[in-house]
Amino acid sequence: MPPFPKKWLIVLLVLGFGIPLLNPLMPDVVSSYRLFLVSTMIIAAIAVLGLNLLTGFNGQISLGHGAFYAVGAYAAAILMDQYDVPYYATLPIAAVICFVVGYLFGQPALKLEGHYLALATFALALSVPQILKYKWLEGITGGVQGIVLSKPEPPFGLPLSEDQWLYYYCFIVMVILFWISHNILNSRSGRAMMAIRDYPIAADTMGINLRLYKTVTFGISAAITGIAGALSASAIAFVAPDSFNIFLSIKFLIGLVVGGIGSLAGCVVGGIFYVLVDNSAQALSTFIKNDLGLQFDLSAYTVFGILLIALMYMMPMGIVGGVYAAMRSLRRGSKGPAPSERPAVAASKPAASRQGH
Amino acid sequence: MQTSRRGFIGGVSAAAVLSGTRAFAQKKYDNGASDSEIKIGHCGPYSGPASAYGVIGKGIEGYWKSVNAAGGINGRKVNFITLDDGYNPAKCVEVVRQLVEQEKVLCCFNTLGTPSNTAIHKYMNSKKVPQLYVATGASKWGDPKHFPWTMGYQPDYHTEGVIYAKHILANVKDPKVGILMQNDDFGKDYLEGFKEGLGKDNAKVIAKLATYEVTDPTVESQIIQLKDTGANVFFNIATPKFAAQAIRKAAEINWKPAQYMTNVSASVASVIKPAGFDNAQGIITAAYLKDPTDKKWADDEEMKAWQAWMDKWMPGANKGDANYVYAYSVAFLMHQTLKNCGDELTHANVMKQAASFKKQHVPLLLPGISVSTSATDFYPIQSVQLERFKGETWELFGEVMSAESS
Repeated sequence: MPPFPKKWLIVLLVLGFGIPLLNPLMPDVVSSYRLFLVSTMIIAAIAVLGLNLLTGFNGQISLGHGAFYAVGAYAAAILMDQYDVPYYATLPIAAVICFVVGYLFGQPALKLEGHYLALATFALALSVPQILKYKWLEGITGGVQGIVLSKPEPPFGLPLSEDQWLYYYCFIVMVILFWISHNILNSRSGRAMMAIRDYPIAADTMGINLRLYKTVTFGISAAITGIAGALSASAIAFVAPDSFNIFLSIKFLIGLVVGGIGSLAGCVVGGIFYVLVDNSAQALSTFIKNDLGLQFDLSAYTVFGILLIALMYMMPMGIVGGVYAAMRSLRRGSKGPAPSERPAVAASKPAASRQGH
Repeated sequence: MQTSRRGFIGGVSAAAVLSGTRAFAQKKYDNGASDSEIKIGHCGPYSGPASAYGVIGKGIEGYWKSVNAAGGINGRKVNFITLDDGYNPAKCVEVVRQLVEQEKVLCCFNTLGTPSNTAIHKYMNSKKVPQLYVATGASKWGDPKHFPWTMGYQPDYHTEGVIYAKHILANVKDPKVGILMQNDDFGKDYLEGFKEGLGKDNAKVIAKLATYEVTDPTVESQIIQLKDTGANVFFNIATPKFAAQAIRKAAEINWKPAQYMTNVSASVASVIKPAGFDNAQGIITAAYLKDPTDKKWADDEEMKAWQAWMDKWMPGANKGDANYVYAYSVAFLMHQTLKNCGDELTHANVMKQAASFKKQHVPLLLPGISVSTSATDFYPIQSVQLERFKGETWELFGEVMSAESS
């Protein structure tokens, strides 16, 4: 996929910084609740980014990123609760802890490919809530009761509300992490990661250390998802094992696939989709039942599933992939016959979109 | 001149009438209340691992429909907004913020689950929006000093645990207790209360504590372990499926201790019957609600009224599910609270009315149990009565017992 146009990126960044300032002026449109909702979208986007580095750019499938998210959240919560570490300082520590956990998990995962790796990570996601309840750890994790935290307060006496500051906190972290990821992917290491995804044998022959790259990628991916978890601990101000059930991991994967595998912009779209649809699926199902008068009870998850199937059918490359494809065909339609290379790009779309981001 | 004088008189009398009505009924509203509507927020697990409790939300929704059909509360319709949180505390925070900040509800009511309510506890109290009659048996909801906007409903697990312990000490000679416990907050609350009730020597009295996870398939091996300790008392802290398994297994391996079981699993239809009536004779539990599957209540007026209500407003629902009884009784108390608020529908007044019940009768509570609250007592139901299983039904015995919790 072509890189995201710089012009648009700057516009989005300015909007991202400017709009929350309107909160006191337009409390109904830019409400605190909506800022909070956008913060959860940002957190989801960061988690999906972590998964995307591993699955989208390195070709290792993980059904267990909820586990790293939980480790990050708990690391932050325990640091704040037991050691009085300020909330912003928990992020790097949580990242390091998750990197180590991810790196170690990446070692045995080296022997597992494709579906087997997916199953192993699935087991990890299933076991983490149980481990958190384990009685030896109860003293620090709070067991099933979880840990109650305080919300981050605006620093330096900035005239911001808690929700505004939470938003900026998440937003700044997201921008930094996406900038880092962008640079990693455009470096030698990033190209090596993608080479391993596309042709592992060729990559090995070229002298790329598969073992090192795969485990380090696992570590970086876990670290980024762990940062998302640490942010969520601050945003929700509470952690408990029930927050990190298996659905969380699956939702990250859904966000990844819907947004666009192997695309940085797709992570953001995936994060937004996952929060938005999760919230509106129920509203939609009550709407269908009460306002359209259909007599069957659709559960929110059924609506969610139908939307997902429809989306995958219409945009098999995810929303970002679909939008690019649509833009290409529009351009071709308006400018008459396209230059010779355009149809070729469209035809080899899956392969082409896997090359870059 | 004449017309103007008439106009003047008319104006004066109109003003008098207006000021008169204002003095008569000082209408005061906070967010979520108006002349025509009262907005109440709720969230519960309609999906996810605890979705069996989703019927409580549905039952409450049915209750408000029946209230609205009968004219509402003091002429106002109830707009009950219920959202799914999937028993996920993080999600609960999100939907409750939606209820409070977007929907601007007057109060949140019967939000379900200890973790979920813990997650919103601070938030509701900082927003000063009532978090009323929460659906959890943890003992921390009655703390008006630190959390004046939160109130529980049912007798808490801790108190119930204390009551069993006291009964064992008074009635069993040289008790050696084997405990089966679900390894979560529900199990631990009971265990703590139970230990407290046993007193300092609890370590000597408790022969063994066997735990299981909700995701385990059976608890058979735990029961065998408990039998091997030679315990003569069995305290069964389990949710319905596991409680039934435990009772059945104990009978199969011919272990005949004095059995105590939590109120959570007291349903005849979903626990005792699958476990086998013969195996369940003599089990002791504590109750505060009437069990719809217990034949004893078949001719009870309140139960009959409830059955008729179920037929009309919850057609097709399982009338053996005690969660609907719970939903009906807790919704009734909310109904009563809002009725007592009159025309002053403010957050503060809702809380004030909730904290001023004096022996309020609530349908489907056991005879002799009523709701009493005060500015310092935020535990609406504090009484239970012990009952013993005999034949095919529970037999109440002893006095209605009340205990002050921590």
